[in-house]
Amino acid sequence: MSDLLDIAGKTYSSRLLIGTGKYKDFEETRSAIEESGAQIVTVAIRRTNIGQNADEPNLLDFVSPDKYTILPNTAGCFNAEDAVRTCKLARELLDGHDLVKLEVLGDQKTLYPNITHTLKAAQTLVDDGFKVMVYTNDDPIVAKELESMGCVAVMPLGSLIGSGLGILNPHNIRLILEEAEVPIIVDAGVGTASDAAIAMELGCDGVLLNSAVAHANKPILMASAMRKAIEAGRESFLAGRMPRKAYAAASSPLDGVSR
Amino acid sequence: MTTLTVNGEPFSLSGRTVADLVQALNLSGRRLAVEVNRDIVPKSAHADHVLRDGDVVEIVHAIGGG
Repeated sequence: MSDLLDIAGKTYSSRLLIGTGKYKDFEETRSAIEESGAQIVTVAIRRTNIGQNADEPNLLDFVSPDKYTILPNTAGCFNAEDAVRTCKLARELLDGHDLVKLEVLGDQKTLYPNITHTLKAAQTLVDDGFKVMVYTNDDPIVAKELESMGCVAVMPLGSLIGSGLGILNPHNIRLILEEAEVPIIVDAGVGTASDAAIAMELGCDGVLLNSAVAHANKPILMASAMRKAIEAGRESFLAGRMPRKAYAAASSPLDGVSR
Repeated sequence: MTTLTVNGEPFSLSGRTVADLVQALNLSGRRLAVEVNRDIVPKSAHADHVLRDGDVVEIVHAIGGG
């Protein structure tokens, strides 16, 4: 069965998008990503250390843009201007690659998205030809607005970035899904495999996670668990779950029991 | 000597161009992006873009992130 994730006209067989932050080293990063089966991999853009170890290894030597779709993020940006600037630097860094993950953060404590600035940055980036995958809150109205502006994917949080609290408001995610015409990807909050499965069972098109794997005791094993959870959740969604009932319904016939 | 600010630090460059700066920092051949006074200088222009005293240069690369 062909069931592909389509983002900005490019298709992916994996619905898991994975981050590269917080691993022990680049070797572990590479192994975890490989095990996860992810084809879209996020990176951050930061100042190069000047005057230090010129031979220091480079992330992109371990996670090659030839093998993966690199998704540069605007993490650490707290206003639209910085986020747009970071995207332009990323496009230059990646030789014109224009798929970006826009996130404009509100404050350090919650890393909750600043929606006013997110909308502003999204418009500027879309106008400049970027393909914008946008981190947002789980507000269905905002999600639709971002879609209308031309974002190629809308990525509501399940819960706060790095919290591992899972999908705290599945009802809102469902409301977003009901109206969506672009892929909806839960970004942030997934803590363990069942969280990822729940997101997929709701009908999300994908899940983006990082800490859940990087901060697991055994990241590579958790990467494998996430791959399976995403696949299981997706198949479960496509299969369509049975209705919930308040009372028992026997699976075996009740008639003909020897008495 | 060209007196620059590179990634927030003062830097004196004996060369003239962005390419000279990248080389002076031992960063030649690495995947990076350069901005001078908040404007991107594309890789194709590194050899031609002449830096001036007081220019503010940002050099970035990709690191781990979610």
